[in-house]
Amino acid sequence: MVNLTIDNIPVSVNEGTTIMKAASSVGIFIPSLCYLEGINEIGACRVCIVEIEGKEKLVASCNTVVEEGMVVYTNSPKVRKSRKTVVELILSQHDCYCATCSRSGNCKLQAIANDLGILALPYEREVVQKHWPADFPLVKNSAKCIKCMRCIQVCDKVQSLNIWDIEGTGSRTRIGISGNRKITEADCSLCGQCITHCPTGALRERDDTARVLDAIADPDIITVVQVAPAVRSAWAEHWGLDREFATPERMVTAIKKLGFDYVFDTNFSADLTIMEEGSEFIERLKDKENHKFPMFTSCCPGWIRFIKTQYPDMVPQLSTAKSPQQMFGAVVKSYFAEKIGIDPHNIFCVSIMPCLAKKHECAIPVMNDACGDPDVDVVLTTRELVRILRADHIAPVELPETPFDSPLGTGTGAAVIFGATGGVMEAALRSAYFLVTGKNPDADAFKEVRGLDGWKESTFDINGIKVRTAIASGLGNTRKLIEAIRRGEVEYDFVEIMTCPGGCAGGGGQPIHDGIELAGDRVDYLYTLDKNNPLRFSHENPDVLAVYKEYFEKPLGHKSHHLLHTDHEAWKLDFIPNPNNKKRYY
Amino acid sequence: MSRLSIITPNLAQTTVERLYKELESRIVASPPGLCPVDMAASFLKLCHSQTCGKCTPCRIGLGQLENLLEDVLEGRATLKTLDLNEKTAQVVADSADCAIGYEAAEMVLRGLKGFREDYIEHITNNRCTFRLDQPVPCVSQCPANVDIPGYIALVNEGRYDDAVKLIRKDNPFVVACAYICEHPCENRCRRNMIDSSVNIRGLKRYAVDHAKEEYVPTLAEPTGKTVAVVGGGPGGLSAAYYLAIMGHKVTVYEQRSQLGGMLRYGIPSYRLPRKKLDDEIKHILSTGIEVHTNVSVGKDITLKELKDKYDSVYISIGAHTDKKIGIEGEDANNVISAVEMLRQIGDGTNPDFKGKKVVVVGGGNVAMDVVRSSVRLGAEKTTCVYRRRKEDMTALVEEIEGAIAEGVELVTLKAPLKIEKDENGNAKALWVQPQIIGKIDKMGRPSPSNASVEPQRIEADIIVISIGQGIESREFEKYGIPVKRGIISALDTGEITNHEGIFAGGDCVTGPATVIRAIAAGKVAAANVDEYLGFHHEIKADVVIPNPKQIDKIPCGRVNMAEREASERKNDFECIEFCMTCEEANQESNRCLRCDKYGFGIFKGGRIDKW
Repeated sequence: MVNLTIDNIPVSVNEGTTIMKAASSVGIFIPSLCYLEGINEIGACRVCIVEIEGKEKLVASCNTVVEEGMVVYTNSPKVRKSRKTVVELILSQHDCYCATCSRSGNCKLQAIANDLGILALPYEREVVQKHWPADFPLVKNSAKCIKCMRCIQVCDKVQSLNIWDIEGTGSRTRIGISGNRKITEADCSLCGQCITHCPTGALRERDDTARVLDAIADPDIITVVQVAPAVRSAWAEHWGLDREFATPERMVTAIKKLGFDYVFDTNFSADLTIMEEGSEFIERLKDKENHKFPMFTSCCPGWIRFIKTQYPDMVPQLSTAKSPQQMFGAVVKSYFAEKIGIDPHNIFCVSIMPCLAKKHECAIPVMNDACGDPDVDVVLTTRELVRILRADHIAPVELPETPFDSPLGTGTGAAVIFGATGGVMEAALRSAYFLVTGKNPDADAFKEVRGLDGWKESTFDINGIKVRTAIASGLGNTRKLIEAIRRGEVEYDFVEIMTCPGGCAGGGGQPIHDGIELAGDRVDYLYTLDKNNPLRFSHENPDVLAVYKEYFEKPLGHKSHHLLHTDHEAWKLDFIPNPNNKKRYY
Repeated sequence: MSRLSIITPNLAQTTVERLYKELESRIVASPPGLCPVDMAASFLKLCHSQTCGKCTPCRIGLGQLENLLEDVLEGRATLKTLDLNEKTAQVVADSADCAIGYEAAEMVLRGLKGFREDYIEHITNNRCTFRLDQPVPCVSQCPANVDIPGYIALVNEGRYDDAVKLIRKDNPFVVACAYICEHPCENRCRRNMIDSSVNIRGLKRYAVDHAKEEYVPTLAEPTGKTVAVVGGGPGGLSAAYYLAIMGHKVTVYEQRSQLGGMLRYGIPSYRLPRKKLDDEIKHILSTGIEVHTNVSVGKDITLKELKDKYDSVYISIGAHTDKKIGIEGEDANNVISAVEMLRQIGDGTNPDFKGKKVVVVGGGNVAMDVVRSSVRLGAEKTTCVYRRRKEDMTALVEEIEGAIAEGVELVTLKAPLKIEKDENGNAKALWVQPQIIGKIDKMGRPSPSNASVEPQRIEADIIVISIGQGIESREFEKYGIPVKRGIISALDTGEITNHEGIFAGGDCVTGPATVIRAIAAGKVAAANVDEYLGFHHEIKADVVIPNPKQIDKIPCGRVNMAEREASERKNDFECIEFCMTCEEANQESNRCLRCDKYGFGIFKGGRIDKW
């Protein structure tokens, strides 16, 4: 143990503890800006500086380790003056039009500046606005960037893609795209983790809310909206509502108030995905000689972008099943349009997703199988949903519950866990067991695949067939897993990949809580919804059974091949490989 | 009424003088990779503030150039701006009245030529092509990328064994380098911004002199692959060492009777004691390297035979042939080459110089090794003849000073003309043509030319020619290895185009260079041979580096190495340099700014744990 005093309070902590953590152990909160535990501990912003008695220079408390007998002051006159000036300097290069910022009220810089009581800036304002392609799903506003380096670090350390990098030197140092590329040329997965880890409004999703509101306003257009599983675990966080209160049904009421004609559930198409992908997996298992294993899940568009750019030779190992979002769109503009007797060209299909890459997925040129128009017209992130609800001054706390609309509004417990890492695998195994044995397993028989570990593996015995499974979430973990497969160190039959750590619950389109990782809480909630659902098996979803009976006939049938499956190699992803990823020995 | 007064600088003047000095050493500590346009703009601003204000081109022109550069940096420029920039700079260079103006403009012009691509990148894409690749200055300057802040921190904690272990991760010749490395790591040390660079080599010397346990590396599982290394110098043995650790079976072919290359046959023992070298080589060989000495590849065994017998071959033959001046009488009996003389000493047969007048031609480090050895071999008088000035010598300043202290005469600005022989064919004297120093050449060195003075005669019993070394590349060229002007052509990965599996590096690829560059080449070759053989072994040290201590960085003088008295040391070949004391090592290691943990290092590139 190391003994020291902080603000005259004696503290005793383990060797290697930082001053910031030592302070927090006795209830002293030191403000910080760039610090992100385990990811960005580089002392760049200098907001968390403290004074050590007898030392001339102030030190960053986030990465300075305690020493025996240290006497630390977190608010000495020198610290007070320096911290405030440092924040004033940051503000002098920050676009402070907070009123038009997506992060106003949820901005670390704004909070710190307010806490410090900065009422005017003594410095000349030097805000640099750089060009950014307006139609790209990821938006960077350089005028709001404070060069905290978090985006670089998340992309490097968590997602292993190294998209962001320092550009320029000296006073012109800024965050650019690695290897002197443009974002449109980069092998970005569009995971959006840089957005959810940005302390300010420098990074956000492309705002597509206007297109949705325009469609709602057009009387000739039928608006259909689907809501992804993970959205229900986070949609009401902005209002601080308990998840137990903020039920999916209350969310439906809120969304209906916006004026959509039909509010459906992506859980429906998640169950449909299981029928298709589960059957596909069993077909491949029966024909092992003609297929390369493992088979990879295909529901995560960030992962699809990742494999297409990093391991293009493995693309044939992806399941050909479309993602639930795209299956849903294809079903709406075919089966559903026929069923209610309208021209699919008059349907505007919106999806609300915890995801940034879904904005790219719906725009993939080949995703237009139902009627030639894009199967899904617009994707909104959970954050954009919250924004339009707020704009309509909808107060969820006052709302009653309403069920999803029919006929695409029923989802099972197996579908709702698609929003958690391991959920797709578990749902698939539940139904695969049924498909092989003709009877249901215990719904919790495969719960070994749950949990937030970045790389999980389990082997199950289904009627004498040994199924070796692995699950990864986060692209850094994914890369490790794939490299191990390629080196022949591990062998699997079926692998689930989710781009974001924790799965969609931790998705790049989810609400942002600086420094707090909520994926775990949201995942727990999704498993509760699964447990409480009387339907636990995708193959028992009555809406899914109906759509097969009335339209698709059977999984992997002719129609489903056309509408529910896709050729991942039918479209090209133009990019320049990251030149910095080349191995260097010098 | 007084007519004159004594000028004493006031506080403002002395402060500015000090700022000039600080700026000078700050520029020394510039990390590589800074934006050259930004630097040019900053230099120009400094130049402009020096203007007296009298003349138009300098007073206004430099300011307008500043604006134009600023436009480039701020993305307001077009390619036409570049033309205006060039025209304006040329006019200032041509029309300014004094050097303050025209030299500032010349700097701008040089930049417009030298980094034009970066100018264009700024204009067309509004960004800079330069980047900070390795932000820890010492590590980036060390060819082998040794973890310098890491081992300094370990020395500071008294963990000498760990320090040596950490260095061996990147450089197996830790002891040799502790004694003789040219320490490029110290050149851009950030400590220069406070006072002066940390004595890095001195601290390494302290670590190796105080390490107790010899660290034995763990060898990877045998791979069954075989590698032949041609040449047992520092580069070849470094490659062999890492390849052996990686589990490959390595055989070294050395044409001399002993291993060590230039460490043995070039560097005298008063700089690197033989016992230290022998122990280090023994340690390297303990990884299971097979050695064949007295085998010359090309004569005793062909490269083709090696290629057929082994899975991969690394050529690291160094640069061991002598170069001739090409003057009359050079064939005299008692004219020898530096290489020949140092080789004899390396094999333990010291030539007899007792009572002789020895004249050495050359001004590099090898020439200094020769003159200082000559003194130790008992020469009555040792003269170093060089065609330029002392300050133009390529030898390290401390080597030149050491030689002078030991009684060597420096005769500068004298170009060798001919060697006078007696009737028996023995050299009697070196005739030289006095030179006048002249114009600066393209490389920034002043060129000498013949002075209008009669040739002079320097009496000599022995003449040693030390004007550089060549490479015995002919046998390799015959096999088909590409050779340009005697130098083997290899890529920066050590690979040789169209010769899969054959690698080359060190002096035979770069021309005569430093030990640490040869070691680095060996390290690079080891990594790439391993990849070529289909493996990806990782070399790491598993040493926990201490966190930086909270020490105020108060300006403090650098501890320099003490040497034995010149009058004493010149009589023997014993080591001339003393190790630091414990007190000195502690103070010196505390001076390290830990750029691995502060500044950019904590963000990126501060530590390369493995390669």
